[in-house]
Amino acid sequence: MRVKYFAWVRERIGISEEMVEPPAAVRTVDDLIGWLSKRGETYAYAFEKPRVIRAAIDHTHVKPDAMIAGAREIAFFPPMTGG
Amino acid sequence: MTAAATIRIQQADFDIAQEIAALTKGRSDVGAVVTFSGICRGSENGEPIAALTLEHYPGMAEAEIKRHTDEAMSRWPLTGLTVVHRVGRITPGENIVLVLAASAHRQAAFQAAEFLMDYLKANAPFWKREESAKGTSWIEARGHDDDAAARWTKS
Repeated sequence: MRVKYFAWVRERIGISEEMVEPPAAVRTVDDLIGWLSKRGETYAYAFEKPRVIRAAIDHTHVKPDAMIAGAREIAFFPPMTGG
Repeated sequence: MTAAATIRIQQADFDIAQEIAALTKGRSDVGAVVTFSGICRGSENGEPIAALTLEHYPGMAEAEIKRHTDEAMSRWPLTGLTVVHRVGRITPGENIVLVLAASAHRQAAFQAAEFLMDYLKANAPFWKREESAKGTSWIEARGHDDDAAARWTKS
């Protein structure tokens, strides 16, 4: 699946998107955050406060307990500040 | 009668008079157009800023705005809706966002415009970074924007 990062999440990780293949045990958005956090210091820094991070699956906002099976694109970003 | 919403995300500025004309020209069923324009302030929390840079999530931003314009269309008898959101670097005094709601009567237009702005603030995937003498930093979300959006939730 494709993972995208925006705003300071993107800046902390250092890339805007990547393809990942998490193991089957990674079932929810929360699991994916935990799995990504172990990929390196930049990820651990971006996800150091997981409750602050918002997520979207295929362009729709989701909660941390949302299942990721079948997702084409998952995005992680800070709370929104548009308007 | 169903009307289609106009949704645009662009770097360029917008012309409010031209956008209003697009909702009213050649028709006689529009009795009210409410305009909200969001403008870049020259200070944030009392500190002067040089500019804002707006980032968005292409694809999702349009989809999220459309979900909200669809809901506004279903909740109020509107003859038209326009949402224009700018991205990129914006300096103090420049436009950031435009919401126009047109209806036969003012109440629906006022309510739809306010509903859309409250939802856009809390849910549309845009992020502002400020430039000041101290450098650049991401603007933090305010809890009251979520509260403003939540008051429109139907119980």
